[in-house]
Amino acid sequence: MLINRKEVEQIAVLAKLAVSESEIEAVTHSLGSVVEMINHISEVNTDAIKPMANPMDVVQRLRADKVTETSNKPQLLAMAPNADEDYYLVPTVVE
Amino acid sequence: MSKQKYETVIGLEIHTQLKTKSKLFAATDTTYGASPNSQVSFLEAAIPGQLPVFNEKVLRYAIRFGLAVGAKVIAKESRFDRKNYFYPDSPKGYQITQLHHPIVEHGSLTIEDANGNSKLIRINRAHIEEDAGKSIHTKYADYSGIDLNRCGTPLIEIVSEPDMSNAKEAVAYMKEIHSIVTHLGICDGNLQEGSFRCDANVSIRPVGQKELGTRTELKNINSFRFVEKAINLEVKRQIKRVEAGNKVVQETRLYDAEKHETRSMRSKEEANDYRYFPDPDLLPVVIDQAYIDNEKKYIPEFPAKKILRYLNEFDLTEDDAKAIAHDKNLSLFFDETVKLLKKATAKTCANRLLADVSSLAKSHNATVSDKIISAEQFSELLEAQATGIISHKIAKVILEQLWDSQLSVKEIIEKEGLAQVSDSGELEAIIEVLIKTNQNQFQEYKEGNMKMFNFFVGQVMKQTKGRANPAEVKLILEKL
Amino acid sequence: MKFTGIKQIAQALRSKVISVQELYDESVQRLNTYEELNCIINTTPELAAAQIKKAQTQIDTNQGSLLTGVPIVHKDLFCVKNTKTTCGSKILENFVAPYDATIVENLNGAGMVTIAKANMDEFAMGSSNENSFFGVVKNPWDLTRVPGGSSGGSAASVAAGISPIATGSDTGGSIRQPAALCGVTGIKPSYGRASRYGMVAFASSLDQAGVFARAAEDCAYVLSEMCGFDGRDSTSAHVAKEDFSQNLNKSIKGMKIGIIPEWMDSLDDKLKNQTITAINKLKDLGAQLIEIELPKAHLAVSAYYVLAPAECSSNLSRFDGVRYGYQCDNPKDLNDLYVRTRTEGFGEEVKRRIMIGTWALSAGFYDAYYRKAQKIRRLIADDFQSAFTQVDIIAAPVTPEAAFEFNAKKDPVSMYQEDIFTIPSSLAGLPCLSMPIGLVDNLPVGLQLIGNNLAESTILNAAHQYQQDTSFHKLVAEGYDE
Repeated sequence: MLINRKEVEQIAVLAKLAVSESEIEAVTHSLGSVVEMINHISEVNTDAIKPMANPMDVVQRLRADKVTETSNKPQLLAMAPNADEDYYLVPTVVE
Repeated sequence: MSKQKYETVIGLEIHTQLKTKSKLFAATDTTYGASPNSQVSFLEAAIPGQLPVFNEKVLRYAIRFGLAVGAKVIAKESRFDRKNYFYPDSPKGYQITQLHHPIVEHGSLTIEDANGNSKLIRINRAHIEEDAGKSIHTKYADYSGIDLNRCGTPLIEIVSEPDMSNAKEAVAYMKEIHSIVTHLGICDGNLQEGSFRCDANVSIRPVGQKELGTRTELKNINSFRFVEKAINLEVKRQIKRVEAGNKVVQETRLYDAEKHETRSMRSKEEANDYRYFPDPDLLPVVIDQAYIDNEKKYIPEFPAKKILRYLNEFDLTEDDAKAIAHDKNLSLFFDETVKLLKKATAKTCANRLLADVSSLAKSHNATVSDKIISAEQFSELLEAQATGIISHKIAKVILEQLWDSQLSVKEIIEKEGLAQVSDSGELEAIIEVLIKTNQNQFQEYKEGNMKMFNFFVGQVMKQTKGRANPAEVKLILEKL
Repeated sequence: MKFTGIKQIAQALRSKVISVQELYDESVQRLNTYEELNCIINTTPELAAAQIKKAQTQIDTNQGSLLTGVPIVHKDLFCVKNTKTTCGSKILENFVAPYDATIVENLNGAGMVTIAKANMDEFAMGSSNENSFFGVVKNPWDLTRVPGGSSGGSAASVAAGISPIATGSDTGGSIRQPAALCGVTGIKPSYGRASRYGMVAFASSLDQAGVFARAAEDCAYVLSEMCGFDGRDSTSAHVAKEDFSQNLNKSIKGMKIGIIPEWMDSLDDKLKNQTITAINKLKDLGAQLIEIELPKAHLAVSAYYVLAPAECSSNLSRFDGVRYGYQCDNPKDLNDLYVRTRTEGFGEEVKRRIMIGTWALSAGFYDAYYRKAQKIRRLIADDFQSAFTQVDIIAAPVTPEAAFEFNAKKDPVSMYQEDIFTIPSSLAGLPCLSMPIGLVDNLPVGLQLIGNNLAESTILNAAHQYQQDTSFHKLVAEGYDE
């Protein structure tokens, strides 16, 4: 197997996704088949090749340091599933 | 003693908030202290479809820092990476930072070690990244409140090499960085507001061992005092563990100033595979040498250099030179005043500044930098004394009147009649009267009783309310 | 006015043959008539009412543009202010966008009237539109078959004559493949031409907005209004606004068209013949055919399925149930909130890609996968660049087959192969379109035209000349010509 059950469980933890006991075999299998397909990229030597991050062969544009964005607190907080008049609310964060 | 058995190795990561008007990737206000979630644009709230655009001021400030610490590398091409992790104060689920191609690498600065020798501390890198929001835990029983105002505020994270060997050196380094970024004007340096925060990587190893011991990372240290305390506490804890036959566990620990303890932050340990990769929403930041050179004009003279100049050029005492050089506003005021001096010396200026002006400021609950006295006024005052128009005593009196006043020194002297009396005719007349009313004393003086000499000087001073020029009085008396 | 081109619609509006309201009503009526297709996730009547009023006033006072009053459907990943923008996902089922995407703003500015938000594969991941939380979209040509994806709702809307124009997005073929399968014309411009601001991101370095219409001519008109430099998108191409219709009527005599024999040979006989016929038509119109090679293109799908999922795994982290969108019931702690919200909110394919991407970026794999794939990407882009030293455009198949039946591709890898001909040009960021070239077994198939960077007007020119001489783009599925 190109990817095993344990790896799938670790990936799920990182991605904040749950894979149930009944799904894990199928998920492991399907991810394995994708990895198998992906592995073709190792067929070519690319040692001297510069990675291409973006098709735009240009550089980052710079923005002047000005405040033009307005903030709409009531609008933003109204979109949240759980918020009061000041804060977004989440189950207590333990530090 | 355990101190001799182990040595401590410390490296610091300092998060310096940059003093920009708008955020790193959005044109949103960065002003501190606004009501929760009132400085949050769609980008900071990670509304779908929002995209980052880079604030040029941040780039320029980072370059200035690099120049100030003599960085060997100020990258002509730097890039942004995403650091992926889930946390409510990081709404996108990733932080934009620079892992692989930071803007600044390989700088250094010097601090003074415990023996007073200067010690070089290397800076591994300084990279640009965005700050996170804040979680509020105290307001609710079952919830944490999330405030995203701080989200996206520009930071440079300054990462030192593990070159410090005790808490005092760590504090000295932190203070030096603080002095640099505030002198540069790129950070307001406000530790209470979190503009300048420090994480410390601490490890111990038996003396003589080359390999570094397992380190712990102390987070959330927001004062110079706490850095020292937290590190000392952590060193003690590590030694205790090792002595007891246990191993130091690599982990993130939180310093609790109230309980005076460090404790493990399990939440940060859970998922530490950050899956860095180049941010596809941003392109490489490319600059040329001219762009970097252009920032050189914004690099001020730093304390270390300033101290040398004060010692060599102005002959200040070392204490005075340091005291002035380390305070940006004080040194600006000093330099400005010195430029205006003709007869008065810089040494006197320093002296008066640190003694008279500082104590006056203190009595008004202010600082010299509040600029209630201008360099023009202060230099005029120093000159007036140097040229004998007033005495030091009178100078202090005038200084107090200058506070809150738009009048010039000259105007105050005239208005209050404070000019020193050097006019020999006027003084001779006073002395003549004194001799007449103190015949006995004068007789004793003539017979060589020097005490009586001082008696007459004192009487003249009394009559002139301290304005008489003592040298002139002496001359007249001697001639009699 | 169904199946009428923009110029004729504009003329009808300006000569008062039809009002903007009547045109809109006709679209809405067809939308209801063909509800079974499930092209649409939400309609936008309030927005439309305001736009209709404004457009009619402009027309009445002889103002506005060629597009004023023309109905449009937006793929449901473009933010349209105050309307639901779901991305075909449960996690955004009730998300109301608080702002307009730049391309929406541009088209609103041109006076277009928004009818609805089009169904799509969840977060634009899919090639069949079977991955929408809001149900599959059916292909108007055969209701048992897929319309293609991910912009399946957009393609089907145009094919069914619901709207003359629809926007789409294309990351690895999501405009071209459904255009081919539904028998309409669809164009993806060069990466950077259309602003990504306000387009919900799937894979940032690949995503591009584009247009569906029946004819290339109409694509050119709409694309011209849609594109343009946008300071809010750091990857927006800093080039002057261009009128992509400028070369439509130029002869293609002497145009050098590259053909990739290897790709042609991989097709089944029927599709191959149809493709060759179309290419020969271009030759008849004066083009010169030149055989070219793209030696590394066979690695494109593999590289793409590293890059796109990696970017997606990060882009979709913001959907965490905290600030907007779906949140699971009664989360017991923060981790539970994240995990259940995302597990319940995302569909299977989205989760698969998030997991692939997470895996590819995780410690120890970055160099072997992500970085390696970026290098392959450059090799493929270089292949295209060397091809474009010999030819002006490339003509290639769009898909390996015509529309397939629902549930025909159960394993992900066989579905991914659907985009084998569209992914290479996506990786290179090149402009490309798909145009109808007739039917195979009563199902439409398309031809892909790929241009050099920023050469949209060249491929539109070739497509328009082809369409001037053929009528495949006018074919309508049975039952839709009412």
